[in-house]
Amino acid sequence: MTTTTKRITIDPITRLEGHGKIEIFLNEDGNVANTYFQIPELRGFERFCVGRPVEEMALLTSRICGVCPEAHHMAAAKAADAVYHVDPPRTAKLLRELLYMAFYCTDHTTHFYALGGPDFIVGPDAPVAERNILGVIHKVGPETGGKVIQMRKFGHNVIEMIGGRKVHPATSIPGGMTKILSEDERKQIEEMGRWAIDFALFSLQAFKDIVLANKAYLDLIVGDVYTHRTYYMGLVDEKNKVNFYNGLVRVVDPDGKEFVKYTASDYAKHIAEHVEPWTYLKFPYLKNVGWKGFVDGKDSGVYMTTPLSRLNVSDGMATPKAQAAYEEFYATLGGKPVHQRLAIHWARLIELLYAAEHWVELATDPEITSPNVHTVPTEKPTEGVGIVEAPRGTLTHHYTTDEKGLLTKVNLIVGTTNNYAPIQMSTQKAASSLIKGGKVSAGLLNMIEMAFRAYDPCFGCATHSIPGEMPLEVLIRDADGEVVDVLKQFVD
Amino acid sequence: MTAKPKFAMYWAASCGGCEIAVLNTNEKILDVDANFEVVFWPVAMDAKYEDVRAMEDGSILLTLFNGGMRNNENEEMAHLLRRKSKILVAFGSCATEGCIPGLANLSPLSEMVDTAFTTISTDNPDNIRPQTTFEVPEGTLTIPILNPVLKTLAQVVDVDYYMPGCPPESTQIAAVIDLVIQVVQGKAQLPPKGSVIGAGNSTVCDECPRARNVKVISAFRRIQDVAPLDPNLCILEQGVPCNGPATRSGCNSRCPRVGAQCIGCYGPAEGVLDYGARLVTAFASVVDSDEPKEIERILEGIPDPTGQFYRFNLADSMLRAGKSAWQKKG
Amino acid sequence: MTEKFEPVIVGFTCNWCSYRAADAAGTARMKYAPNVRLIRLMCSGRLDPSFVIKAFATGADGVMISGCHPGDCHYISQNYKALRRYLLLRRTLAGFGIEPGRVKLVWASAAEGLKLTEEINAFVEEVRALGPLNWPKWDGAAEVFESELAPHIATEVPA
Repeated sequence: MTTTTKRITIDPITRLEGHGKIEIFLNEDGNVANTYFQIPELRGFERFCVGRPVEEMALLTSRICGVCPEAHHMAAAKAADAVYHVDPPRTAKLLRELLYMAFYCTDHTTHFYALGGPDFIVGPDAPVAERNILGVIHKVGPETGGKVIQMRKFGHNVIEMIGGRKVHPATSIPGGMTKILSEDERKQIEEMGRWAIDFALFSLQAFKDIVLANKAYLDLIVGDVYTHRTYYMGLVDEKNKVNFYNGLVRVVDPDGKEFVKYTASDYAKHIAEHVEPWTYLKFPYLKNVGWKGFVDGKDSGVYMTTPLSRLNVSDGMATPKAQAAYEEFYATLGGKPVHQRLAIHWARLIELLYAAEHWVELATDPEITSPNVHTVPTEKPTEGVGIVEAPRGTLTHHYTTDEKGLLTKVNLIVGTTNNYAPIQMSTQKAASSLIKGGKVSAGLLNMIEMAFRAYDPCFGCATHSIPGEMPLEVLIRDADGEVVDVLKQFVD
Repeated sequence: MTAKPKFAMYWAASCGGCEIAVLNTNEKILDVDANFEVVFWPVAMDAKYEDVRAMEDGSILLTLFNGGMRNNENEEMAHLLRRKSKILVAFGSCATEGCIPGLANLSPLSEMVDTAFTTISTDNPDNIRPQTTFEVPEGTLTIPILNPVLKTLAQVVDVDYYMPGCPPESTQIAAVIDLVIQVVQGKAQLPPKGSVIGAGNSTVCDECPRARNVKVISAFRRIQDVAPLDPNLCILEQGVPCNGPATRSGCNSRCPRVGAQCIGCYGPAEGVLDYGARLVTAFASVVDSDEPKEIERILEGIPDPTGQFYRFNLADSMLRAGKSAWQKKG
Repeated sequence: MTEKFEPVIVGFTCNWCSYRAADAAGTARMKYAPNVRLIRLMCSGRLDPSFVIKAFATGADGVMISGCHPGDCHYISQNYKALRRYLLLRRTLAGFGIEPGRVKLVWASAAEGLKLTEEINAFVEEVRALGPLNWPKWDGAAEVFESELAPHIATEVPA
C-alpha cells in the first residue's frame, strides 16, 4: 500500500442476499484502483441435503430463499421428476406454473415499487427522505400503496391456494401435486389474475409517464456508466418466447446472436463457476468462452441473467399485451440486445404483464381443475436436473441419488449467483466512473447503489411503507487507517 | 409529542422468509408504522450497525431477531441487539431452533465448504477455499468466520420470547403485533419471560381436520408412491411419515390440509424435551409388529430417520450436532 | 503407558425382571464390570428415547436397556414398546455418528443373573473397542473446538 492510498468500505449493504460488503481502493490520484463486492454468507445446502430423500428437496431448498421459495420449489420439483424419470400429468404442470405466475407478480411488484422504483420514480438526486416507497406514492398517487399491497395479497392468496402456504409451498412431489384445485378456487384465481393484468398495465404506464418522459432519467438509463456488453441467458419455449417455468436455456452473445441453446441436463457442459478467495460466492461463466476476468465483451465468458436478459435472448413474449410492450421497449432503446443495466427495471414490468396474462390463461385452461394431478413414479431414481427462471435469473438444481432416492450429490446454481460477476463489474464501473480525485459525495453513494440494485439481488425486496433507502456509510481513511471523513446516507 | 417506542427487525443467517411473513400481514404493517419508530431493519430501511451501536442500551423496546448463528458476524449482531433491546424475540425457526440449515451440523464444517467449492460445475484448479483474511494488491479483505456448528439465538444470548415457525404464520404475527401495541398502551400484560408466543399449546394433530383412528402401520410409504392421499384420513395412518404428533400447533395444520405431511416447521410441542426423541416414540408406537425382523423391515420405510425427526430442530436438540462435526481428527 | 479406557455405561433395567437379575447376580457374587450405572424403571416400556439421548449427551459411552423376555412382561406387552423404540432410535442415532453398537437391548428374567452378567461384561468390551464418545457439554462450547478447528478455513492460499 502506498502512503496516499485510500480505502472506502461500504458495510453492510442491505436489500441484498442478507449481507454484502463493498471495498473500494483508491490509488495515489484518488481514482479507483479496484473494487471488491464480497458475499459473507455460506449455509451449506449442497452438503447437508446429501442423505435426504429427494422428494423433500422441494421443501428443503425453498429455505435457501424465503423471498423466492417458489422458484426453488419448482426447480426442485422438476429435478425430482427427472430423477424418477416421471412425467407429471398436464394438470399438475399447469398448477405449478399458475402458482409460479402469481409468485412472479408479487415479486416483481415488490422490487419495482419499493426497491428499484424509487430511484426512477422520484429520481436519483431526490431528497433521501423521498427515495422510498412513500416518495413513490406521493409521486404517482395515494391509491398506489393500496394497489401494491393488494397485488401482493392476491399473489400470495393464489400461492396459498395451490401450494398450501404463503411462504415455502408444500404441494409439489415427484410425479405431480398433492392437491386438486376446486372450481371455487379457480374462479377466485381467475378474477385476481384479471386484476393483476390491469395492475401491470398501470405499472408500465407509470413507468412511461414518470421515467421515460423525463429526459434526465432517460439519459441515466441509456448512459454508459451502467452499460456492459455481455452475454445473456434465459429460458425460452419452443417458439423462442420467454418462459419462466419450462423450456431450453438460450444464450446470446453481446451482439444478440444465439450462442448456444441447451437442455437442463447439459448445463454442466456450458456453465462453470470461477472461485475467488475473498468471497463465499462463486462466479458462473460460460465454459466454452472461458474466464477472462471481470471484463465485458465477446471473448469474456461473463453472462447475465435478469428480466432484461430474458427479453434479450427471446424472440418475443408469449402473450399479446406483453408482446406489444416488448416491441415498444426495443423500439425505444434502439434494437436488440439492450445492454443498459438500468433498463432491467423496465423489462421487469414487461415480465409482470406477461406473468399476469399467463396467470389468466392458466386459470381458464379447461384442465386446471382436473383431479388427475399425480402419476406414481415406477422407475428407479438416479439423477436429474431441473431448471426454471427465478426472477433474478436461471436457477439450476442438479440431484444424484442412490437407489432409495436419497441424495448422494447436490449442485445448485442459484439465480442471483449467475449475476455475481456482472454485479461486481457494474459496481466497479460505477465506482470508477464516479469517484475521481478522491472526491466522494452523497450523490456517489446512491449512484453506486443503483448499479447493483437494478439486478434485484436475491433479497432485494420485502419492504413497504417505512421511509428507507440504502443504508450506506462511507468511511474515508488516510494512510494510517484513521478515519478522516464519514459520509452517511439515511433518514434521521 | 411522546416518542413512539422503538422497533427493530434483523436477519442473521436466514432466508428472508420471516421478513416476507411480516410483510404478508398486509395492512397490519401500517399499524407497526403508526405505533412504533422503526430504528433498524436492514431489509427495509437504512440504519446501519454504527447507528445501533450509538443507541442507548435498552432503548429499543422490541427487536424481532430471525436467522441462525452461522458465523461470527451473526453472533456479534446478536450480542449488540441484546444490549440495545428491552425485549428480544427469537423470531422464526432459525433463531428458535436452528431450522433446516441446522442440518449442516451433521457433518464437519470443512465438508460444507469443500462441497461448495468442488461441485462438478466449479472451476477451481488450485483448490482454493475462501479466506477469512486475504491480501489483495490494494489491501486486506475480510469475510466472517464460520462457526463449526450452527447455533440458535438462545445458545448465544438471553432471549425473552420465542416465536416458532418457518416462517411464523402471518395471522400469528399480526396477533402478536396487536398484543404488543396493547401492552404499550397499558391495556395488556406481556406473557412470562421465556414464553413461546404466536403459537398454540397443543400439537398440529389437534388442528388437523383429518379423521384419526388407532394406527397400525405395516409399511411406511414415500408420499410419491401413494399420492394423492385420502383427504379425510390421518396422513400417518396412511403410512406417510407426518411429524404432527410432536409439532407445536399454531399453523392451523396447513400442510396436512393440502395433502402434504407435516414436516415440523413449528418446532416442538409444549413440554417436549427432545423433539426427535418424541417422534421416535410416536412412530415406534404405531409400528404393527412385535418381531424384530419384521419391525426392521417396516422401519426401512423411513430411509432418513435423522432428517425426518430432526429436520428443523437439530441445532436445538440434546445432541445438537453429529459426531463428525465436533470430533477432533486423528 | 496409556490408561485403559473405562467406558461409562448407563443401564436401564426393569423392576420385575432385569433389575432383579442384577440383584441376583450381586447376591450370588457374580462379578460384572463396574462400568454400568443402573437406573431402575418399573418397566422397559417406560424407557423414553430421550433418556438414552440424554445419557449420551451427558457423558455415557454406551447405553444398555434390559427388560423381561417377550411374552413375560409384568405389564403384559410393554417390552415390545421398548423393542420398537430401541430399533428406531438406533437408526436415528446412527445419523449422529453414534454407532449402533453403543446401544444394546437385552432380555433377562429375574432368574438369569448369570446371563445378565455375561451380557453386561460383553457389552462393556464392545463399547471399549468403540472408544470413548465424550459428547460435548456445549456450555462453554468454545473449548470444544480447539484452534485447529476454529477459526475454520485455512489461512494459507495454496501457492
